[in-house]
Amino acid sequence: MTVDLALVIAIVVLVGCGTTLMLERSLSRILVGFVMVGNGVNLLFLVASGPSGAPPIVGRGGITDPLPQAMALTAIVITLGVSAFGLALAYRSWQLSGNDDVKDDVEDDLIRRRAEADETSSSFDEPETDVPDEEGADA
Amino acid sequence: MIGLLALHLIAAAGAPALTRLLDRRAFVALALVPAASFLWLLPRALDVTDGGAPLVQRWSWIPSLGVDVDLVLDPLTAIMSLVVTGVGALVLLYCGWYFRHGDPEIWRFSGVLTAFAGAMLGLVLSDNMYVLFVFWELTTVLSYLLIGHNPERRANRRAAMNALLVTTFGGLSMLVGLFVLHAQTGTARLSEVVADPPSGPAVTAAVALLLVGALSKSALVPFHFWLPGAMAAPTPVSAYLHAAAMVKAGVFLVLLLAPAFADTPGWRPALLTLGIVTMIIGGLRALRQHDIKLLLAYGTVSQLGFLVAVAGAGTRAAAFAGLSLVLGHALFKSTLFLVVGVVDRSTGTRDLRELTGLARSLPVLFVATVLAAASMAGLPPLLGFTTKEAALAAFVDLGDDAGIGGWGTLALAGLVVGSVLTVAYTARFVWGTFGTKQVAAPTLNPPGVMFQVSPVVLSVLGLAAGFAGGALTPRIASYGDVFAEGAHAPVLTLWHGFTPALWLSVVVVVGGLALWLLRRPVARLQATLVERLHLPDAERSYHAIVRGVDRASIEVTGFTQRGSLPFYLGIVLVVLVVVPGTAAVRAWGAPDVSVGDGSTFGPDDALRVATVALVCAAALLTVRSRRRLRAVLLLGVTGYGTALLFVLHGAPDLALTQVLVETFALVTFVLVLRRFTPFFSDRPFTVTRRVRIAIGATTGLAVGAYAVVAANARTASPIGRAFEGPAYEFGGGENIVNITLVDIRVWDTFGELAVLVVAATGIASLIFLITDRAQSHRETRRARPGPGDERQGWLPGSGSLEDVRRSVVFEVVARAVFPVLMIFSVYLMFTGHYTPGGGFAGGLVAGLALAVRYLAGGRRELDAAAPVDAGVVLGSGLAVAALSGIVPVLVGANTFQSGVFDIPVPLLGDVHVVTSVAFDVGVYLVVVGLALDVLRSLGGGIDRHGEEGHTDSGLSEECTSAPSRGGAPA
Repeated sequence: MTVDLALVIAIVVLVGCGTTLMLERSLSRILVGFVMVGNGVNLLFLVASGPSGAPPIVGRGGITDPLPQAMALTAIVITLGVSAFGLALAYRSWQLSGNDDVKDDVEDDLIRRRAEADETSSSFDEPETDVPDEEGADA
Repeated sequence: MIGLLALHLIAAAGAPALTRLLDRRAFVALALVPAASFLWLLPRALDVTDGGAPLVQRWSWIPSLGVDVDLVLDPLTAIMSLVVTGVGALVLLYCGWYFRHGDPEIWRFSGVLTAFAGAMLGLVLSDNMYVLFVFWELTTVLSYLLIGHNPERRANRRAAMNALLVTTFGGLSMLVGLFVLHAQTGTARLSEVVADPPSGPAVTAAVALLLVGALSKSALVPFHFWLPGAMAAPTPVSAYLHAAAMVKAGVFLVLLLAPAFADTPGWRPALLTLGIVTMIIGGLRALRQHDIKLLLAYGTVSQLGFLVAVAGAGTRAAAFAGLSLVLGHALFKSTLFLVVGVVDRSTGTRDLRELTGLARSLPVLFVATVLAAASMAGLPPLLGFTTKEAALAAFVDLGDDAGIGGWGTLALAGLVVGSVLTVAYTARFVWGTFGTKQVAAPTLNPPGVMFQVSPVVLSVLGLAAGFAGGALTPRIASYGDVFAEGAHAPVLTLWHGFTPALWLSVVVVVGGLALWLLRRPVARLQATLVERLHLPDAERSYHAIVRGVDRASIEVTGFTQRGSLPFYLGIVLVVLVVVPGTAAVRAWGAPDVSVGDGSTFGPDDALRVATVALVCAAALLTVRSRRRLRAVLLLGVTGYGTALLFVLHGAPDLALTQVLVETFALVTFVLVLRRFTPFFSDRPFTVTRRVRIAIGATTGLAVGAYAVVAANARTASPIGRAFEGPAYEFGGGENIVNITLVDIRVWDTFGELAVLVVAATGIASLIFLITDRAQSHRETRRARPGPGDERQGWLPGSGSLEDVRRSVVFEVVARAVFPVLMIFSVYLMFTGHYTPGGGFAGGLVAGLALAVRYLAGGRRELDAAAPVDAGVVLGSGLAVAALSGIVPVLVGANTFQSGVFDIPVPLLGDVHVVTSVAFDVGVYLVVVGLALDVLRSLGGGIDRHGEEGHTDSGLSEECTSAPSRGGAPA
């Protein structure tokens, strides 16, 4: 199956620029990148579905493949829902900390420090000489 | 039999309510459940142990996996189930007096213990290996809850966790063994496996895995340490789970499998060695305990070793002795535990150095204890004596019966040593609990009669059974009949002449008593030995392993989870490039590409190339843009360009949706970004920036390469082309994409609707926090201008805006356009079956109409345009979509099946109605709900934050507390 080079170039540029933006720390930039990658991937569906043709309506000859179109259609709408949610997150982050940067996870950093200090996890129960007893605390 | 299990389950579920009603006496009522089961099982058990056919019951559960609830009552399971239900009933009865009046925790305890009784009964009755496993693990989990009855102390929690980890480890190993056995035999029914046992290396491994499960459950070395820790449980639990029932599950499994697998390589050496070592270690440690409950716990470990060694010896006589020992042990050990509970409750101590003179003050209990203890030590005329005699006799002939020669004698010697220790610690227990010592007697709180009933009944049963050897022998023997006949016919009797077994019994009793009399020097010797020899300690090794796992997880997590989102994403992208990229490079060859997909370069192709150039330029400028708004506008250019490419490709539905979504997204972005600073935050230009660009560029190139390789590799014709016929025939429409969404792949779309509802709810909750989002439009309804209000403009809600922000032209346009857009949206929704459109496109148009109203008139105007809560719209949309799937089922069709009707209407002719349009209505409503939530939250909600003077940065007051509901609108 022959591939239209123009569409491939569009995919390369959209996905490349989108992922570059997604690797940033500013949440609004990440969201812009996310939507852009979404556009690129939808074009990918188009390329995979074959050559262009008539709209997929019953009775038209030489129609394009409708299945990838249905999938891409749901993807477009989901992208809208998710990016709106991401914007709400960005706004909330702005409200709380005055910027929309995605920071390093504090918990992960704690674990990293524990690993460097050769410590056990905080939930680890160091065995003691204590003998269990059914009466518990008051015994 | 399934009825019995159901009865236990119902009782367990009702137990908490019952305890609220009857307090601790609820246990008496609960005891009726196992008691009734016992009475139901008794006649049937008598029948199957008397040559009757096994009772089989089957309830089909998951037949395709071979998992069915097969219950079988054969001689072994009959005797085990009588023990489980009988002791269970007495222990539950005992609980009615053991717990203090008004104990706040017994509501949970009663349910868990009753459920345990049911699970244990299920375990012994199950014939299906997976159902047995389910019950096996259920007992593990319930035991965990019971050991952790008092979770306030760290030591108790740890004891419960140790028991859980050890037995679950064994359980998992057992499950693997069961899988192998199932695969080797092709049947999941244990009775069939045992009747026709397979062999071979795989089976040997499977049996070894099963034994790991059995040994961990029965607390054999090296898993023995969890059982003494489990004594943190209330005493009834110790008596039932950790003496009579659960720890016997391992012995039961050994008894169940022994007829088939006793000759498997490794079976006898493993079980005899571990059993006897456990017996001796347990006995030695029991001699060193001061807490009488812990003494019994180590005694139980020792006895379990004994049971496993005898049950696993694999001869007819040993199997007979093993099953009778299980019966005897259940009777005397639960008696002794229950006695400890009474003593503990009456005196407030379990330390044998503090207990004195109880023989006189608790005479009935003393007699019961002596009977049970004598049974444990193997003194006539108790059941313990006859069963131990049978075991010794079986081991005297073990070398010949099992063909292991001198090893049999060695095993016999081990049993004798273990039994000597048993007598010694039994004496220590009786003397320790009831003897008179030179200490001040603890104050005694005399126990009631009912408190002592259960131990007395159990000990008397042990005595009676000692005399009933003649009646018991054939019944117990009915289990061992499958083994080859041995040198002697096993029998339970008080007197069978001066046999070697009798002499060994004499040696054991004399030796044990001597050991007890010499307890001081023995204790000194033991203490020195423990100090001098640094023996490997199973518990310490276990903790070392747990600690090691924890440390390893910290190291791995610390290494891989660096906490930086760009880092994670970078890793994901690099993998995306490297792994499929390698395959793409290998498959590259000569790519089949062209500019324009026709043979000639037509006007379509020219337009496409121009669009691609525009999109690419916009995308590259977006990356370079430092202004937020510019980036968003350039993003819009790429989006509209993509829509144009859709049109050129022949995908009008996609193009329509893309344009609408792009517009709505643009509005959304601008609504949020207006509160931010105009520029992106500055980042220093460092190496990481180059790395980011490099990763992004290679990802883009890789994805492009995948597109070429995948499309070039395509040979089959796409399935989507075949949708044309069914779409018209079954879907009743002509727009195939729309029919795909609402009919052919409707489940996908339904899932997507759920995602949209979640996203919309998330947006609203992030902005409105804990206040409800319905508040906004309710306030507006209250504040609606009255008839005398002078500020009636073109739009009813716009009066609330400041004059400088109002635009008359915009208001007029909004007023004029809104109804047109709404009608158009409904039109798109209904005609989607035939021409491009449908629920998504229609909903988006309606959402844009609402956006226009909001932008022209502010949030009050939005509330006036859509005076409903967005949650209601979303919910009703989802409900309508779900109903369109359910209703066809109710009329006898498939879920989501479309009905096509042509209804004759006067004047108009036939009206073509397809029921899947209802699903499209649901889609429409969900999309409108999403739009409404976005506008109300990111538009109106953010407006209000601004109006109320919240600073854009820093923790504002509203973030921490809900605004007052009744407050006057701003």
